[in-house]
Amino acid sequence: MEWKLALPEIALAISALIILVAGVIPKRDTSFGVTMASLGALLLAGGLTLAQGEGSAFGGQYVADSFSTFMKLLAIAGAALGLMLALDWNTKQGIARFEFPILVLLATIGMMVMISANDLMALYMGLELLSLPLYVLAAFHRDSGRATEAGLKYFILGSLASGLLLYGASLVYGFAGTTNFDRLADAFSAQQGISAGVVVGIVFIIAALCFKISAVPFHMWTPDVYEGAPTPVTAFFASAPKVAAVALLTRVLAGPFGDTVAQWQQVIVLVSLLSMVMGAFAALGQRNIKRLMAYSSIGHIGFTLMGLAVGGESGLRGVLVYMAIYLFMNLGTFAVLVAMRRDGRALEGIDDLAGLGRTDPGMALAMAIFMFSMAGVPPMAGFFGKLYVLLPAIEQGFWVLAVVGVLSSVVSAYYYLRVIKVMYFDAPVGAFDARPAAVSVVLAGTGLFTGFMFLFPAPILAAARSAVVAILGAG
Amino acid sequence: MLEIGLGHYLTVSAILFVLGVFGIFLNRKNVIVIMMSIELILLSVNLNLVAFSSRLDDLAGQVFAMLILTVAAAEAAIGLAILVIYFRNRGSIEVEDISTLKG
Repeated sequence: MEWKLALPEIALAISALIILVAGVIPKRDTSFGVTMASLGALLLAGGLTLAQGEGSAFGGQYVADSFSTFMKLLAIAGAALGLMLALDWNTKQGIARFEFPILVLLATIGMMVMISANDLMALYMGLELLSLPLYVLAAFHRDSGRATEAGLKYFILGSLASGLLLYGASLVYGFAGTTNFDRLADAFSAQQGISAGVVVGIVFIIAALCFKISAVPFHMWTPDVYEGAPTPVTAFFASAPKVAAVALLTRVLAGPFGDTVAQWQQVIVLVSLLSMVMGAFAALGQRNIKRLMAYSSIGHIGFTLMGLAVGGESGLRGVLVYMAIYLFMNLGTFAVLVAMRRDGRALEGIDDLAGLGRTDPGMALAMAIFMFSMAGVPPMAGFFGKLYVLLPAIEQGFWVLAVVGVLSSVVSAYYYLRVIKVMYFDAPVGAFDARPAAVSVVLAGTGLFTGFMFLFPAPILAAARSAVVAILGAG
Repeated sequence: MLEIGLGHYLTVSAILFVLGVFGIFLNRKNVIVIMMSIELILLSVNLNLVAFSSRLDDLAGQVFAMLILTVAAAEAAIGLAILVIYFRNRGSIEVEDISTLKG
């Protein structure tokens, strides 16, 4: 029975529907119970993903390999940690509705479909299944003008990106004659020249996916949406969906379009350069820490794309390792942002962190670890992420990329270190409210991972390598 | 008589697509017009897919078109819902007014 291959997605979809019904029926507020049940469902999906076999199903639309397992586990972990951050925040902001965890579950199904997509149709299905809940989540605080504006902006630009993706998909279908990734790969490897229609189609598809991962020049929505959306939603936006979209971009470019590398490599190099520079310079003047994190994520995506541009086994392994590290250090930073609350009011300014080193040494230490890691200071995890994309870039002779990458990370170190300076050397303005337990758990977990990854990098590197071999072998 | 071929369909669909994209970026009045432009883009894609499907004698394109129609309906519903809550907060859907978040 080939449908059993998609058991993680099917199980997650059915649990989401059951949890939805169970959340609707009682008259009282069910948001806590529903969140716990959703965490359970994510755990179940994670277990099923680990136990999943390899192969393809649904007429070649769906593929499961070690690449999909690696990326799905990351996406599920991101969704689960995001849910934990939201639990207490939503109650305090008065938006604790049971629909929130359900929307996160539905978005997670979309991410899993995207990661396992082996056909342009499945790709589009997964992308929309992810995007539609995200539009709603961005506007989840529906009485806040800022959140609804963020939702509206995200919706309009997100739908435009979907339109671009579809137009590209239709051109690829028309000029190559199929939507299946395996058959596209065969068609391109047999053919000598690539027709202009296919090239235009590929560029449209890359543009749309760059929009989803907020790479320059398709980043303009990111700072606005990150600032306007509720903080736990921003934490979720910046982690799991990015991992899924990078996975999709990697699979599309390394698989079906692997033989057209000459057509897209320059595009990815340019996007990577622009993203790294933009992420470094645009963040310098920011006072709002959520906006700062938006530009920081643009810079990190630039580094990830560097690995993709270099390609090959070591380059793609760098992409996967970078995404794994980025996911955890980013969620950890957002755990600190979620805990930034004084007298019941949520704070977003960098200056509000002043004196955290004295008022809450534990959280300040964790934040310092995350900031050092993002700046790429050894021995934090972020240093290894950058190392594993910079090494292949130098080995393959992409000198411009490597030099710009190093220089932009020097520039960005300024604003990461400024956060640390504000925490430890500025006069305290008063303590934050008590940290919720779930936030402390996320902080401790991600902090330990980010701080001590250098002691045990082997499992992650080995898993990333076998994942890369799976897609390169198929393509 | 002029034979209507694949090229004509693709031209019409490209014109519709460009109109849709320009409708989003040049429009300075109303968000509803932006939503109509998005629908225009999706419909141009459908025209493309159906034309290719008939030329290639392959059903996949028509299946894809059906899928897009369905998802477009869901997308429009969510977009209008977000627009309604936005209007409730701000009392306006002028494109110029959607600019509190910037920097």
